[in-house]
Amino acid sequence: MSVVVTLADTSAFEPWRQTARAALQREVPPEQIVWCLQGKNADLFSCAETTSFTGEIKRDVRLKASNLPVLKDVLCHSSPERFALAYRLLWRLQEDPDLLSVPTDPDVGQARRMVQQVRRAAHKMTAFVRFREQDPTENGRRRFLSWFEPDHHVLEKVSSFFAKRFADMDWLILTPRGSISWNGTTLNCSFKPCEKQALEDDVEQLWQTYYASTFNPARVRTKAMRNEMPRRYWKNLPEAALIPQLVAEAEKRVAEMAAREALPAPKFHQAIQARQSAITIQAHVPGSMTELAQDIRACRACSLQCHATQAVVGEGPETAKVMIVGEQPGDQEDLAGRPFVGPAGQLLMGCLEEAGVAREALYLTNAVKHFRFTVNGRRRIHQAPGVEHISACQPWLKREIALVKPKLIVSLGATALRAVSGPSDRLKDVRGTLQEHAGEGWAHLTLAHPSWILRLGPTDQAERERQALIAGLSKIKGVL
Amino acid sequence: MKKSLSERLAILSDAAKYDASCASSGSTRRDSAKTGGLGSTTGNGICHAYTPDGRCISLLKILLTNFCVYDCAYCINRSSSNVERARFTPDEVIWLTLEFYRRNCIEGLFLSSGIIQSSDHTMEQLVQVARDLRLKHGFRGYIHLKTIPDASPKLLEEAGLYADRLSINVEMPTETGLKDYAPEKDAGGIRRAMGDMRLKIDAAKEKTHTGRRAARFSPGGQSTQMIIGADAATDRDVLASSSGLYGSYGLRRVYYSAFSPIPDASAILPVRSPPLQREHRLYQADWLFRFYGFEFGELTASRPGGMLDLEIDPKLAWALDNRAQFPVDLNRASKEMLLRVPGLGVKTVQALLMARKHRAIRLEDLGRLNVSIKKVRPFVKAIGWSPARLTDRQDLRTLFLPAPQQMSLL
Repeated sequence: MSVVVTLADTSAFEPWRQTARAALQREVPPEQIVWCLQGKNADLFSCAETTSFTGEIKRDVRLKASNLPVLKDVLCHSSPERFALAYRLLWRLQEDPDLLSVPTDPDVGQARRMVQQVRRAAHKMTAFVRFREQDPTENGRRRFLSWFEPDHHVLEKVSSFFAKRFADMDWLILTPRGSISWNGTTLNCSFKPCEKQALEDDVEQLWQTYYASTFNPARVRTKAMRNEMPRRYWKNLPEAALIPQLVAEAEKRVAEMAAREALPAPKFHQAIQARQSAITIQAHVPGSMTELAQDIRACRACSLQCHATQAVVGEGPETAKVMIVGEQPGDQEDLAGRPFVGPAGQLLMGCLEEAGVAREALYLTNAVKHFRFTVNGRRRIHQAPGVEHISACQPWLKREIALVKPKLIVSLGATALRAVSGPSDRLKDVRGTLQEHAGEGWAHLTLAHPSWILRLGPTDQAERERQALIAGLSKIKGVL
Repeated sequence: MKKSLSERLAILSDAAKYDASCASSGSTRRDSAKTGGLGSTTGNGICHAYTPDGRCISLLKILLTNFCVYDCAYCINRSSSNVERARFTPDEVIWLTLEFYRRNCIEGLFLSSGIIQSSDHTMEQLVQVARDLRLKHGFRGYIHLKTIPDASPKLLEEAGLYADRLSINVEMPTETGLKDYAPEKDAGGIRRAMGDMRLKIDAAKEKTHTGRRAARFSPGGQSTQMIIGADAATDRDVLASSSGLYGSYGLRRVYYSAFSPIPDASAILPVRSPPLQREHRLYQADWLFRFYGFEFGELTASRPGGMLDLEIDPKLAWALDNRAQFPVDLNRASKEMLLRVPGLGVKTVQALLMARKHRAIRLEDLGRLNVSIKKVRPFVKAIGWSPARLTDRQDLRTLFLPAPQQMSLL
């Protein structure tokens, strides 16, 4: 024998919860309850009165907290099926508390669809409510009113959104499913149906102007528009009244645009062009460091410049006695445009400090001026420069050396070694030994690149290599 | 005679509409519950209206002025164009933003400007609007500012302090394209500015060594836009450029804007309707990169001429070209591989992973997850279903093409 339960057509959770709990405690199976909407199926003789559940309590009702939001959202749906579905889920959840994690189950599938529709309706309400300004309140607060027709019972769900966003004004949203209002201190939600109001607001004309002007007639895609802004919402959107005219005129406007003859440029265009061409690029003193930097930044000698952010030019006093040559700028150096600012640079600075060498006295640069990398997802992976990149950049390094005239060049790693003294030397043979290049006017010291030490990770070998680097760097002091 | 506010609004929103970005997402969540002021950001953003071009209106997208000293061929506001010119005062922009916002028409403001006088002067005006909205009016809605590449670092820092997102447009997929169409703009300068912004955005996320939070800087990150179909760049060029932009500068979004005819167009531009389908396919490819674990290179690797297939979506095209990797077993495959099955979206994959912990998956189950079984069928295995030779059928592609339509005789 079936039992009939009649509930009001609102999103109120408590009446359903009490009834469902009472029924479940008495183990009334889902198929024995007929859930009715108050006032909606009055013709059904069986819906005349609410039956409350009495009798002996047979079991406890348990519900995981994580399952509650789904049931609450299901009950916000406008479908009359919602009460029965929610009870059926509650019934099944007693035996299988993980039921809701099985989206392929028919009941769960239906619940998920309903939840999604409710959430979409709530989202659309936050999007499509339009406030119209009314006369201010006695204490001077601005007051706004809106008429809206939501798809489901979402008033309670969206009320806090409006309260948190429009805190400094009074507002009232009327809907056929009830109303919500805010007066600066309290948020009221009522399930009493409201009547449509005729509302006006002068600012709406400006809004329509904006809507019409921001539309691009050359790309009419009304289906995309209707997918996101279904027709049923149009009647309460002031801008939607313009849609038919905008669509009808679009083709004509585009044809006119194409047919229009090109006019001569306006007068101020010539004036601007004349002024722009009068600005001459400041010429730098030939043979100066600024000229060299400018030339390096304009370099197109190899393909690396296509992808790198910028050429990273050397940094330090032009009269420096020591020049440190690294491999190439890394990720951070490429972004910042300065050498040795990334992790390897920081390690080097730490080692210099421990070796007692002031960074300010050194000229820091790289063998290759552009960053070479491959992209992996959202990360850039460093790639060692090829021989062609080293040779393309060699003239720049030579000019830097010629300008700075260092007494000592410190090469870090194999790339710098190759760039400074050519392909004959091998890193492992010359590392740590000071070599005189008498003919050139400078001595050459080759050390390990700090990024190699970083790649060794937190190992004993890394610490040995770091100490070796410090020992090598301390030889600089003899030159300074 | 001075134009009315409404006339200027029409001119300056018409001038701004070729910028595709309208996102109001990705920033920090905040609201006015405690301050009793105006405005909030929800994190996901809200589109308040849609125009018949299928684009959403989330932000009030306007220019401060459409006077511009640059002469970029593709731009409606280039100095040699005869469009009507107008300008807003910062206070007018602020008034429009706040009044539209109070009526729940917008999520906030997207402000850009033609370059007038100098980069710094223009940037200062943009920053003033954002500063006044935040400090004078306590506005907590979304603000997106266009940044001018060589504006002073101090102005950029201030812009980042008040704005939720900053952007600079790379405009063209290739450097040569930019040189041909926007001779005054400098690709290197744009890249340097984006690199600089990335460092500032990253630094703002970290705490200083004393544990204090760094000053706010554009919490919604940065984005950019390129114009598609004005120059000869292929989809491979476009996506290679995107790959570099996402990888190097941590962009939140790259927007692709199908070149659309503009009033009083420059003679060097193609006169044709915008390649909307191409734009759509590029956005799909972008989505596959951002949410499905694809690399851009994979999507164009086997495409003739470096162009994406216009008839079928890039994921399906990739699957048809890489059939050796299919069918995928719905009950055993990794998440990464499930994401590569045409017809399975991110949410469906999540649902499948959750469901298969409890039950074995059958092909019919996909129907309950709103998946098109017809599309998925050749690429998956499930309990009671194996595609057998279907996966390797020569004419598999034709099964997915839209039904042919009778051409009009006239």
